[in-house]
Amino acid sequence: MANVISDETMEYVGILAKLELSDEEKEAAKKDMESMLDYIDKLNELDTSNVEPMSHVFPVKNVFREDVVENGDGGEETLANAPERRDRAFVVPMTVEG
Amino acid sequence: MTKEYETVIGLEVHVELATKTKIFCACSTAFGSAPNTHTCPVCTGMPGSLPVLNKKVVEYAMAVGVATNCEINQYSKFDRKNYFYPDNPQNYQISQLYLPICHDGGVEIETAAGKKTVGIHEIHMEEDAGKLVHDDWEDVSLVDYNRSGVPLIEIVSEPDMRSADEVIAYLEKLRMIIQYLGASDCKMQEGSMRADVNLSVREKGAEQFGTRTEMKNIGSFKAIARAIEAETARQIDIIESGEKVVQETRRWNDEQGYSYAMRSKEDAQDYRYFPEPDLVPIVISDEWLQQIKDNQPELRDEKLARYESEFGLPEYDAQILTSEKKLADLFEATTKLCEKPKKVSNWLMGETMRLLKEHEMDAADLKFSPANLAKLIEMTEAGTINGSVAKEVFEQIFASDVDPESYVEEHGLKSDNDEDALRATIEQIVKDNPQSVEDYHNGKEKAIGFLVGQTMKATKGKANPGIVNKILKEIL
Repeated sequence: MANVISDETMEYVGILAKLELSDEEKEAAKKDMESMLDYIDKLNELDTSNVEPMSHVFPVKNVFREDVVENGDGGEETLANAPERRDRAFVVPMTVEG
Repeated sequence: MTKEYETVIGLEVHVELATKTKIFCACSTAFGSAPNTHTCPVCTGMPGSLPVLNKKVVEYAMAVGVATNCEINQYSKFDRKNYFYPDNPQNYQISQLYLPICHDGGVEIETAAGKKTVGIHEIHMEEDAGKLVHDDWEDVSLVDYNRSGVPLIEIVSEPDMRSADEVIAYLEKLRMIIQYLGASDCKMQEGSMRADVNLSVREKGAEQFGTRTEMKNIGSFKAIARAIEAETARQIDIIESGEKVVQETRRWNDEQGYSYAMRSKEDAQDYRYFPEPDLVPIVISDEWLQQIKDNQPELRDEKLARYESEFGLPEYDAQILTSEKKLADLFEATTKLCEKPKKVSNWLMGETMRLLKEHEMDAADLKFSPANLAKLIEMTEAGTINGSVAKEVFEQIFASDVDPESYVEEHGLKSDNDEDALRATIEQIVKDNPQSVEDYHNGKEKAIGFLVGQTMKATKGKANPGIVNKILKEIL
């Protein structure tokens, strides 16, 4: 394998994804990521300098909505998923400003 | 000897668009409803829900781009910006990174330092997040997703500003352009216009930029000016003491007058953008773009010139009236009714501005109708009421849009134009105040003012001061 994921990278990716992994899980994830990067290297061998970047797999464009209100009060349905609620709001652990 | 420094500032301005519905779903954008009323599976990020773009958002963004001299990307698309925070139920914000709808524009600003152009790097479309209310007592936060999915445009400037003055002038310029387009009400206090300030300092004449910091979501023009001053001083202190400015995001605390660094570990600015797979590209035809250009309303600078040429207003009046779209709209509608542009201008610039300031209101909050102001002007001109009564009536128009005719009738405020009765009153006052009469004859012109005052008091302010003056001089 050509690509090596360092412990620091693993740690950083874990922070970004808000994941706490055990040492075994970290090693397994490292291996997965390394093989993914190897695969990308394989793809990079192809000369794509004359190919337009593709942003979407379907040849579809301009799907729009008109600016008309169609939804009513969705509050109860939305709050049905709340582990904890107060009146009409979700309650979450205090988030520190910033 | 101290070195001379230069402040370099670029802004990211977020503006909430005035659409009726959210950017990707048919939920209302109405303000002030109970928490989570305007929510659905799309704007709360439920698995399996699919966003569909609001066409009006694209049109507003194009209109702002055209008005700020931007190039329009006729092929544009959305990207996902990933981050975790309770205000963002999808765990990503749909935004534009690679092909924003507008780029490479700029607006001209004018300050005491002269005219200059502030470049606009790009304008992109994105969705707003929900609102968090912190309950310090219970140690929890309450989340309301009514704002989640409300359309925003983010206007990213080039680092072209060099002072707080220039920043304020640039923000004012943007605010006026966007208000005139009707694309947003741009109320900073209510958060429909918000600015992030990117700031660095460097020695005057240096080629390279210094390391910049970013201050997020500052809520008013005054706070922005204070934040810029404080951050400039902080960075100069660091450089003078031989240390290095750290690139970081800081939060400005306006009450305390200082900023502090947001913890970088939890706020790692690594958003892992990737193309949004749930939305298809936007292709803007030449015809659609032309249609937007053809429908651009008269903007501020054009209006300013027209007010001087068409209505013969002084530049000062035209400046103030066009500084808020609401004032300009009121001016034009009222002038159409009474055809006295200078009088209308005087009421708007004088009493209206005074009352706005007194009640700490924005011009956008003005509720009175042009018809009632026009009537008031006609009544004053015809001498039906005098100037001080007119001001009193105007306060009622300002507060609750009363009809001045019926108000004056009900409260018996019509001018006393009965000269005989007035003459009798004045004769009595002259008799009662021999000292003032003597002063007047001894050349003290001011003494007549006292007598006019007494007369106004005796007539409960309803006499016409011009006529009182005339009669007084005759008697004396």
